[in-house]
Amino acid sequence: MEAVQKVQSPMTWLAWGLVGLIDLILLYGVTLMYAQEEIAFALTILLIVCTGTWVFISNKGYNYRYVFPALLGVSIFIVFPLIYTVNVAFTNYSSSHLLPLERVKKHHLNKTYKTEGESYNFKVYQQGDDYRLLFISNKETNKHLISSPFNELSIPAPLKADFSPDLPDGKELPFRDTIKLRQTLKKLIVQLPDNSELSLTSLRKFGPMSKLYRDIGHDTLEDVRSGHLLKPDYATGFYIEVSEGQPISAGKQMGPGFVIYNGWSNFVRVLKDPGIQGPFLQIFTWTLIFAGLSVFFTLVIGLLMACLVQWEPLKGNGAYRLLLILPYAVPAFISILIFRGLFNQNFGEINMLLNLLFGAQPEWFSNEFLAKTMVVLVNTWLGYPYMMILSIGLLKSIPDDLYEASAIDGASPVQNFLSITLPMIIKPLTPLLIASFAFNFNNLVLIALLTDGAPNIIGATTPAGATDILVSYTFRIAFGQYGQDYGLASAIATFIFIMVGVIAWVNLKATKRVLE
Amino acid sequence: MMVQSRNLRYRVWMARIFMILFLCLIIFPFLMIISVSFRSGNFATGDLIPSNPSLEHWYLAFGIPWENADGSFTQPPFPVLLWLWNSIKVAFISTVLILLLSTTGAYAFARLRFRFKESMLTAMMILQMFPAVLALVAIYSLFDQIGGYVPWLGLDSLGSVTVAYLGGLALHIWLIKGYFETIDQSLEEAAAIDGATPWQAFRFVLLPLSTPILAVVFILAFISSIAEYPVASVLLQSMDNLTLAVGSRQYLNPQNYLWGDFAAAAVLSGLPISLIFLLCQRWIVGGLTSGGVKG
Repeated sequence: MEAVQKVQSPMTWLAWGLVGLIDLILLYGVTLMYAQEEIAFALTILLIVCTGTWVFISNKGYNYRYVFPALLGVSIFIVFPLIYTVNVAFTNYSSSHLLPLERVKKHHLNKTYKTEGESYNFKVYQQGDDYRLLFISNKETNKHLISSPFNELSIPAPLKADFSPDLPDGKELPFRDTIKLRQTLKKLIVQLPDNSELSLTSLRKFGPMSKLYRDIGHDTLEDVRSGHLLKPDYATGFYIEVSEGQPISAGKQMGPGFVIYNGWSNFVRVLKDPGIQGPFLQIFTWTLIFAGLSVFFTLVIGLLMACLVQWEPLKGNGAYRLLLILPYAVPAFISILIFRGLFNQNFGEINMLLNLLFGAQPEWFSNEFLAKTMVVLVNTWLGYPYMMILSIGLLKSIPDDLYEASAIDGASPVQNFLSITLPMIIKPLTPLLIASFAFNFNNLVLIALLTDGAPNIIGATTPAGATDILVSYTFRIAFGQYGQDYGLASAIATFIFIMVGVIAWVNLKATKRVLE
Repeated sequence: MMVQSRNLRYRVWMARIFMILFLCLIIFPFLMIISVSFRSGNFATGDLIPSNPSLEHWYLAFGIPWENADGSFTQPPFPVLLWLWNSIKVAFISTVLILLLSTTGAYAFARLRFRFKESMLTAMMILQMFPAVLALVAIYSLFDQIGGYVPWLGLDSLGSVTVAYLGGLALHIWLIKGYFETIDQSLEEAAAIDGATPWQAFRFVLLPLSTPILAVVFILAFISSIAEYPVASVLLQSMDNLTLAVGSRQYLNPQNYLWGDFAAAAVLSGLPISLIFLLCQRWIVGGLTSGGVKG
């Protein structure tokens, strides 16, 4: 099946044409990226295009044609994000350090200030899709200063304006519509006949503006008015404003910050900062306990139910089975939210029932122990059907004569279970249990939707809760409401990678043992 | 013998009672949520069977304004049907793409010979243990960048979520590969002797024999896409673009607690998905156990 004859059928030509078309589109993208100085991105895509083309054109690459798209998907959406996350862990990437140095510099260089000179009131005239500006000068009253046309999509830079004896064509926009247009107006730089330049200074006026900073090399900027310098501080990731001769440490930070590599400092924070280290260790321990308990309880209940459902004398087990699977059939996000409501302290039905029966109203979301109990309870409810399904499959594979033999010996059901059932299924079950442990180790959906970490851990620098597991803790650091610290989140994620890697390796060993 | 059979009957009754009690515990949340969806108001507590049932929450879930007793109208709080539609769109397209890529990939891994095959397989096995949850910062950043060039794949677009779900490929490749390996290779070899290319052998011999596993993978991928929360919650922002999994959460916001409205929306959107699952459960169960044991 390996060698394929080269057939120049219409299909081949079609395939070549398709590959060529896709290549053209992607190469256009590469050029665009290159033009925007995204060199790494452009090179990666170029590499993908070349390999892809080779695989689909060359006969040697024939067998790879089937795996290439899948491998590409896996590399882009699994491998690349993993590597990128580790990379981010060594930076200060966060909501206060979002942009690279170049973009921050551009941001400062775009700042303007109002200079001496005449300001003009203006009116906007619309003709079709195009607009023109009419500037009302206080000096030249008999001539009209009118800009050349522009629209939202094409803005000439600079926009020339000239004197004309007539008013512009088209209709004058009411002020309300002018305000709607302000995003476009803000971008305009109008060049007057005397070469001075105007930009929008307020909603009603255009005035002469100048750039506030000029680039004096080495990424340093100079304030045109005061002569102060803006120097990038590579240790903190901020531009620092200093006057001539002043050391950088005495200056004032100017936001926004830029992204820098800060070495191991995120990892050091996890290990040393008391506001992070304490919660981190507590959350890590809880993650292990949570995943362990979840696997244990789902297995015990799942196996028990599987044994009951498989037990001959228990009639009607088809209906039992269907009802038992129900928690697995309903999408988890719906069930979890249902439980969130049912456990609600004031309006929840569970507390209403407990109040009726025992006069108790437990605080499910603010007491640490109760919250943890609730999380494990709900997760057991969600997870036992999966264990049951797996167990039923495994129980079926145990030969019946083993039980018949033990019945002759007069063994009790418990003895049967311990000496026949368990030893027979534990080996094939092990990799599945490890996979289940890994799944619960990273069970973000449960925690995010049920408790969102509540109750909070007191004294934590970043939001952290007693029921948070490592992933939900990371998730809140990266995407929470109070300042996103992607760098720190990635450092913790890197730690989770190592943990998951170890689990995956153990699982691989266990699976190999089953297959042998 | 008499003693033993009485013993057995006693045990059966014990098991039956235990089973029924357990089932009550399992079914309780579902009965409760159905009951809540027919109660009037969002805060009323009541019995399992509502004393004065009202369709208020159901009207709102279907997007129809509800006329209160005093003549005022309550507007639907959230576009539930739109969210459900978004979820279905995303899940359907991503599932079709996953199926396309994973069957061809699995075919190569099961039948063709090429370099690095074994190491690629092991890598896939390990990689499927790393869920997308772990790399959300990178995924967010990746789609932020892509959005600069292709807006419909950028942040806050359904396209980005659809594409991001393709990361779940590795698991399905293993599942399908396991099934392909149970199919006798001699049919394809016969086709090859008759001059079929590997593509033709795959398309016209192997694929028609593999419809059961394709159905299983389709359902599994579809349901897991519909239920996916973390990636969608990071990538989607505007109200009209949310998927059901992200949107439903808005109902139980402590500042705006809409328990009754949530109940109706949950039953409305959960029912079709659960029904699909239950109808297909025999195949899914088969797929889970065989795929599971094979790794």
